[in-house]
Amino acid sequence: MAINVSLSVNGQAVSRDVQPNRLLVDFLREELGLTGTHVGCDTSQCGACTIHLDGLPVKSCTMLVVQADGARITTIEGLAPDGDGGDLHPMQEAFRQNHGLQCGFCTPGMVMAGIGIAQRHGLPSNDVIRAELDGNFCRCTGYHNIVKSIAAGAKAMAMTGAKTVAETGGE
Amino acid sequence: MADRESGIGARVLRKEDKRFLVGRGRYMDDINRPRQVYAVFVRSQVAHGTLKGLDSGAALETDGVIAVLTGEDVAADGLGSLPCGWTIHSKDGAEMKTPAHPALAIGKVRYVGEPVAVVIGETLEAARDGAELVELDIDELPPVTDVVAALEQGAPGIHDDVPGNECYHWGLGDEEAVDKAIDAAHHVTRLELRNNRLAPNAMETRAAIGEYDPVDGMYTLHVNSQNPHLHRLVLAAFVELAPEHKLRVISPDVGGGFGSKIFIYSEETVCAWAARRVGRPVKWTATRSEAFLADAHGRDHASTAELALDKEGNFLALRVRTKANMGAYLSTFAAAVPTWLYGTLLAGQYKTPAVHVEVRAVFTNTSPVDAYRGAGRPEAAFLLERIVEKAAREIGMDPAELRRRNLIPKDAFPYQTPVALVYDTGDYEASLDKALDMADYAGFAARRAESEARGMKRGIGLSCYIEACGLAPSQLAGELGAGIGLFESAEIRVNATGGVKVFTGTQSTGQGHETTFAQLVADRLGLDMDEVEIVHGDTDRVQYGLGTYGSRSLSVGGSAIHMATEKIVEKARKIAAHMMETTADDVDFTQGLFTAKGTNKSMHFKEVAFSAYVPHNYPLDELEPGLHESAYYDPENFTYPAGTHICEVEVDPETGVVDILAFTAVDDFGRIINPTIVEGQVHGGVAQGIGQAMLEHCIYDDESGQLVTGSYMDYAMPRADDLPDFTLAFTETPCTHNPLGAKGCGEAGAIGSTPALINAITSAIGHENIAMPATPLAVWRAMRGAE
Ligand code: FES
Ligand code: FES
Repeated sequence: MAINVSLSVNGQAVSRDVQPNRLLVDFLREELGLTGTHVGCDTSQCGACTIHLDGLPVKSCTMLVVQADGARITTIEGLAPDGDGGDLHPMQEAFRQNHGLQCGFCTPGMVMAGIGIAQRHGLPSNDVIRAELDGNFCRCTGYHNIVKSIAAGAKAMAMTGAKTVAETGGE
Repeated sequence: MADRESGIGARVLRKEDKRFLVGRGRYMDDINRPRQVYAVFVRSQVAHGTLKGLDSGAALETDGVIAVLTGEDVAADGLGSLPCGWTIHSKDGAEMKTPAHPALAIGKVRYVGEPVAVVIGETLEAARDGAELVELDIDELPPVTDVVAALEQGAPGIHDDVPGNECYHWGLGDEEAVDKAIDAAHHVTRLELRNNRLAPNAMETRAAIGEYDPVDGMYTLHVNSQNPHLHRLVLAAFVELAPEHKLRVISPDVGGGFGSKIFIYSEETVCAWAARRVGRPVKWTATRSEAFLADAHGRDHASTAELALDKEGNFLALRVRTKANMGAYLSTFAAAVPTWLYGTLLAGQYKTPAVHVEVRAVFTNTSPVDAYRGAGRPEAAFLLERIVEKAAREIGMDPAELRRRNLIPKDAFPYQTPVALVYDTGDYEASLDKALDMADYAGFAARRAESEARGMKRGIGLSCYIEACGLAPSQLAGELGAGIGLFESAEIRVNATGGVKVFTGTQSTGQGHETTFAQLVADRLGLDMDEVEIVHGDTDRVQYGLGTYGSRSLSVGGSAIHMATEKIVEKARKIAAHMMETTADDVDFTQGLFTAKGTNKSMHFKEVAFSAYVPHNYPLDELEPGLHESAYYDPENFTYPAGTHICEVEVDPETGVVDILAFTAVDDFGRIINPTIVEGQVHGGVAQGIGQAMLEHCIYDDESGQLVTGSYMDYAMPRADDLPDFTLAFTETPCTHNPLGAKGCGEAGAIGSTPALINAITSAIGHENIAMPATPLAVWRAMRGAE
């Protein structure tokens, strides 16, 4: 039996009938075509699926769509005001400047987690960043440049007062 | 290597990053085809048994299930066995045993996770539901998963045509000389060790979409492959799915590989074949649980080694005996890994005059084992650097000094080792000295005293590794048993308006080829980075290629690109000469400008490109129009990156917890095109090497043959807070035999780091026998043993 959900995704209102057992990540990827959110595991450990729900990073493989009814969701596609080639969000730009990605598969989750770390800690130390990343795996970078990227991104966010779409409600 | 903005040696930002950062990467699971259906594999849940029957009745009645296909169906359509692309000969000259490897099991199952049938459904859910209902009738047999146990008398036999489970018994080196030297030596250090089995764990799991067009008989296979042409070749020539010209293989953005996406597996073979059977595109994406079972694992050796030394500490001989676990079947390159990629590296950086190695490759009831980052070379470096460290401690010599005394001196190149390889160049002492300096080796004693004052144990460990990259030349590889060539190809198409597309047969799985290769070409042709696009990953677009593994992309693939670029320059020079009314010999080319010597005439590369396609004033009697060249490069030799890694740890004697305080890596990769990308490769490799040393382990239950560590709940992946910041530096002796002077950097981190860390832990706890992974429990136990 399908259930109607209404939510905001990257500032756009979305209303759909979904199966009650539909995972949020599958909904985003398959129904909305937002394939930037990735699936890297089946035990809720890798963080490749991290998105922002009402401004907080959550693992979208661990939630049903129906649980997100009424929520404001931001995915990696919604971070940059003009994701197709314009300016990047300061955290995205920091990853680019610091070679914080290789294959790019963990990257959307890392960026979303990184923004959350910056929002919680302001200017976090490397140790804090490393500890806070315990829910995100990267097999390529050895984390060295991810830690560097998040530190730089946090600094840039502090300087620009950057907000995510979710925080601004898409305005 | 100055920090320039572009060109060779510059820290250019990666061209590919933007699409990944905004969520526009295009990985396998992001791709969907019209009318596609979904495949779910029914896998054996027992490690060893006779497959007596399969009941698909209930599955076929499930809503949305279209078909259930089995090994018999595959065989009925005439598909061949999945081949091993390398043939090894035993010491006695006998060819290795190559048991049949059907894409779906027939008659017997041999490891947990082996694909037995495939259920095709309209939706993924339907296929999953159907797969749950397929009943396998299996008579269980006792399994054997351990590499040593499988060779014992009375061990369960895995393949009827492989008596005693031995695939081959290979040897290399002068056995007599080694025996003599060891018998007469002043000191012999002995070591027994295991190299733990690992799961590769690229963050993007394997996936495939097979398609078949019945009108023109054309198959298209999307698969996240490190070598799409190799997939095409193997599926055409060996599996006989379709002729090469009727098979297109597309590998899109690939989310990591580390070896695991080289191989030609059951799943993609079945998806391509089933697409024809069901008349619709068939898609499969591995779950992480499947990846643990069905991706080829790495390592899994049991070895003994003896190192003979004279009174002064000179190495006299090394004897190595290794048992290598192949798993239940031979994966695509499995046979080469513990032989030509392992035994040949046992001289290391040292002038040891005699080395002898024997390797017995063994079948077990486990997932197939094949190349994983480093492939054979980490196993060699681990063994050698562990025994050298142990020898130093036994004879009471500083481990750095013992190494220095035995290093091949920099004026001894080219150097013929006693195990077949000829190292072209190197300066091992330079890396050693730089690493010792950066790690403040001299200050270690004081730091140790400080730790001890706090009740902690501190240790420092070195490793002076060597590796061999860019497997080559093809002719030699053929003599050693390779079933393929090992060249690389490149094609360069210059557009009329001067932009360039470069087609390479290598395949990025995160290494930044779109940037590094563009740097090479842009630098030579005087173009902007934006004017050069790199194309890979499609057998219908790219002329040919052998792919990316063994750190070969730059040294082999980049050299092919270099050659094609030079051909472009030479043709353009002739065109420019004609237009400037002089001879080609009198035309210089630098920074995008052709100039006629002794005149003030010059032409930009783009102007020349334009006249190649608008040949109004053009030497048509001498030259064809167009500016488009290709090149194939077959290297003369391997390349030999080498370096020194130093790790410093503190161990808590109460808990056995190891804290990595510092990790220093000094590597010689020859000439470097983009230092930022190279550093990233080292970071990632070191993290995987540390993962092997401290965290990761595929464990099979001896009795049931079940993989106990089959998810991220049980298999410890390195996380950010398990790892330190890394301190890196480079030394540089350019490779002497390729035009770029490049050696390759992808695997070194995973090779050098593991022994450095274990040497640091053994140094801290004063006990040599510590099994990997050195978990707190293992360290704690070893410390209790040491007391
Ligand atoms: S896919 Fe969500 S945590 Fe791995
Ligand atoms: S960049 Fe490949 S997994 Fe992180």
